[in-house]
Amino acid sequence: MPAENTPTGATAASLHKGAAPAGRAPQRLAQAALRDIPWEVGVAKPDPAIVVENVTRTFGGLTAVSVDHLEVQRGGITGLIGPNGAGKTTLFNLLTGFDQPNTGTWAFDGKSLGKLAPHRVARLGVVRTFQLTKALSRLTVLENMLLGAQGQRGESFLRALVPGIWRSQEKANTAKAMDLLRRFKLDAKKDEFAGTLSGGQRKLLEMARALMSDPKVVMLDEPMAGVNPALTQSLLGHVKDLREEGMTVIFVEHDMDVVRDISDWVVVMAAGRVIAEGPPESISQNQAVVDAYLGAHHDAPLTVEEEDRVLAQAEAAIAQEEHGGGEVLGTDGTTGRTER
Amino acid sequence: MGDLLNAFAVAGKSALGFQAVFFALLAIGLNVHFGYTGLLNFGQIAFAMLGGFGIAISVSQWGLNFWVGVLVGIVATVVLALLLGLPTLRLRADYLAIATIATAEGLRLLFRSVSASEVTGGTRGLSAFNGDFVSLAPWDTGQRYSVLGTRWSGGELWVALVGWLLVALLCLLVWLLMRSPWGRVLKAIREDEDAVRALGKNVYLYKMQSLVLGGVIGGLGGMVYVIGTGAANPDQFQNANTFLAYAVLILGGAARVLGPVVGAIILLFVIQFADTGLRALINNGVIPEGLLSATDVAQIRFVLVGLGLMLLLVFRPQGIFGDRREVMLDAR
Repeated sequence: MPAENTPTGATAASLHKGAAPAGRAPQRLAQAALRDIPWEVGVAKPDPAIVVENVTRTFGGLTAVSVDHLEVQRGGITGLIGPNGAGKTTLFNLLTGFDQPNTGTWAFDGKSLGKLAPHRVARLGVVRTFQLTKALSRLTVLENMLLGAQGQRGESFLRALVPGIWRSQEKANTAKAMDLLRRFKLDAKKDEFAGTLSGGQRKLLEMARALMSDPKVVMLDEPMAGVNPALTQSLLGHVKDLREEGMTVIFVEHDMDVVRDISDWVVVMAAGRVIAEGPPESISQNQAVVDAYLGAHHDAPLTVEEEDRVLAQAEAAIAQEEHGGGEVLGTDGTTGRTER
Repeated sequence: MGDLLNAFAVAGKSALGFQAVFFALLAIGLNVHFGYTGLLNFGQIAFAMLGGFGIAISVSQWGLNFWVGVLVGIVATVVLALLLGLPTLRLRADYLAIATIATAEGLRLLFRSVSASEVTGGTRGLSAFNGDFVSLAPWDTGQRYSVLGTRWSGGELWVALVGWLLVALLCLLVWLLMRSPWGRVLKAIREDEDAVRALGKNVYLYKMQSLVLGGVIGGLGGMVYVIGTGAANPDQFQNANTFLAYAVLILGGAARVLGPVVGAIILLFVIQFADTGLRALINNGVIPEGLLSATDVAQIRFVLVGLGLMLLLVFRPQGIFGDRREVMLDAR
C-alpha cells in the first residue's frame, strides 16, 4: 500500500479534532486532504481506513463486483454511486462480511477482513445499515438502541441469570441510548414498538442504533431512500455530524444533490467495476460516468444504414428458420445456450 | 347436573395432572424456540422421547441410579439439539423445521424397531424405572386421596406436585433470561437476524443456546410423562404432541412466560371436559345415539378444540396473555 509511507497531517488533525471544542465551523479535513489527489480510479489516499484489493464476487456467470483497488479516506464521507445493478450493495455486503468474495482481500486499519463473519466485522468497528430498513419491529425503540451496545456482560447466557452483574452496565447503556435518541428526536418514542415508527423514523433509529456501538466506520446503504424531504435534511445533518466526530462514512445514494452536498469523495460503480472516483464536482464531467448512467451507444437514433443492417439480419434469420429442420434446431440450441 | 359437576371434576384433574405438566413443559421449550427466538422446531417430541427414554433405559436396562438416568436424559437432549442445530442454524428457518420433523418421526420409528428392542424394548417399551422417584413421596403412594372431587393415587399426586414445581422453576428461569440482555438478543434474532449480526452479535451461537435450552426443557417434559405413566413406549411420543404443544403455546400467548402454562391447563381441561361431558350427554340420551355415538367422542373432542382455536385466532390472535399491539404489527 503506497499510502502507508506518506502519512500526512490528516491523521493527526482528525485525532485532535475529537478533543477540540464543539461549535466551531466544520473543517472537512478529509476534503482538504483529498484536494490534491488525482481523479483516477484506484488512486492512493493519504490516510486510508479501508483498502480493497482485487475483490471479485460472481453469481453464476454474472460478475457482480470486480474492484481492482479502492481506498477510502479516514474521517471523510465517501459517496458510492452508480446505476441500478452496479454492485454497490454487493460491495457493502462483502465489506461487512455478509457475503464472501471469490477472490481478493480487503483491510480495515491494516487488519485483513477476509473471511470474517459479519458480527466480527461489526466488533472491529465497522457497522452498517440496510437498504431495506431493519428496525426490530416487536422490540421497543429503547430495546433496539440497547442492542447496539457492545461488550455487554448480560449477553452471556450464565451471567444473564445474575442481574447484579449487568445492571450497572445496562444503566449506563440506557443513558447513552437516551442521549442518542434525543439527538435523533426519537426520545418521546422510546417505549413504542419500533414497528409503529414511520419509514423515516426507522431510518433514524437504525442510524442511531448503529452509533450505539461507537463505530469507526459507518456504512449507510441508501439512508435517504423513501424519506420525506424535511427528514432528509435532518438525516443529512446527522451524517455530517458523524464526520465531525471523526468517523469514516461510506454511503450509497441515488440522489445526486445529496451526494454533492455532503461527500468529500465520490466513487462511481457500474457493472461491478469502479469506473471513476474524485471529488463530487469532478463526477458530473466524467465521460465514463455519463456513459454509465445514460448509455454510451443507445442514446443516438439508428442511422439508415444501421436500420437496413438490422432488417437484413432479421430477414436472414427468418429465411433460415423456414428451411431445413435440423439446421434450425441447431441454431435454436446455440442461441439458447448463449442467452443463458 | 351431577354429571356436569363430575365432568368438571374429571376435567380439573386432567388439567392439573402430569399430562398437563408434560404439555406445559413441551410448550415452554417451544416458547424459547419459537416465541422468543423464532426457531421453527416441529420435532419437540423427539427431545421429550430422548428425555423419557434416558431415564427408562438407564434404570431398567443398565441398572443405573434414577438421578443418573435424569442426567443421561438431559445429556441426550443436548446432543440432539447440537446435532440438529449444527447443520441447520446457519440456514433459513425452514431447514430447521424440516430437520426436526423428520428427526422426530425417524427417532420414534428407530426406537420402536425390532433391532432396537434390546435397548428400548421395541413396541412394548420399558417399565419399572420410577420406583426410586415415587418412593421419595412424603405420603403413602399406595393409597388414594380425594382432591377437588376426584380420586388421585398418591403416586399421581407426587408426580404432579413435583412436575408443577419444575414448571414453576423453569418459568422463573425463562423470566430471568428473557428480561436480561441475553433475552433481548434472542427477541431481536426473531425479528431480523441480519440486523443483529450487523450489531456484532454471534447469531449462530445464540440460536444454538436457545435450541439447547428449549430442547432440554422439552426433555424434562418427557421425563415427567414417563414417570407419570410408569412406562416408556416409543408410540407415546407421536409427533402430533408437538403440534398440540404449539396449540398450547398459541392459546396461552407466545413469548409470554406464563402463556404455555395457562395454555396447557386450558387445553387439557377442554379436551377432558368435552370427552366426559359428551359421554354423559350421550348416556343420558340428550344427544341421540344416531347423531353421535360414545365411540366417536374421542375424535369429536379434538374437532371442538380445533374450533375453539379457530375462534381464538379470529377474536384474540395474541392468545390469552399476548399483547395485541405486538400481533397487529405483523399486519402492517
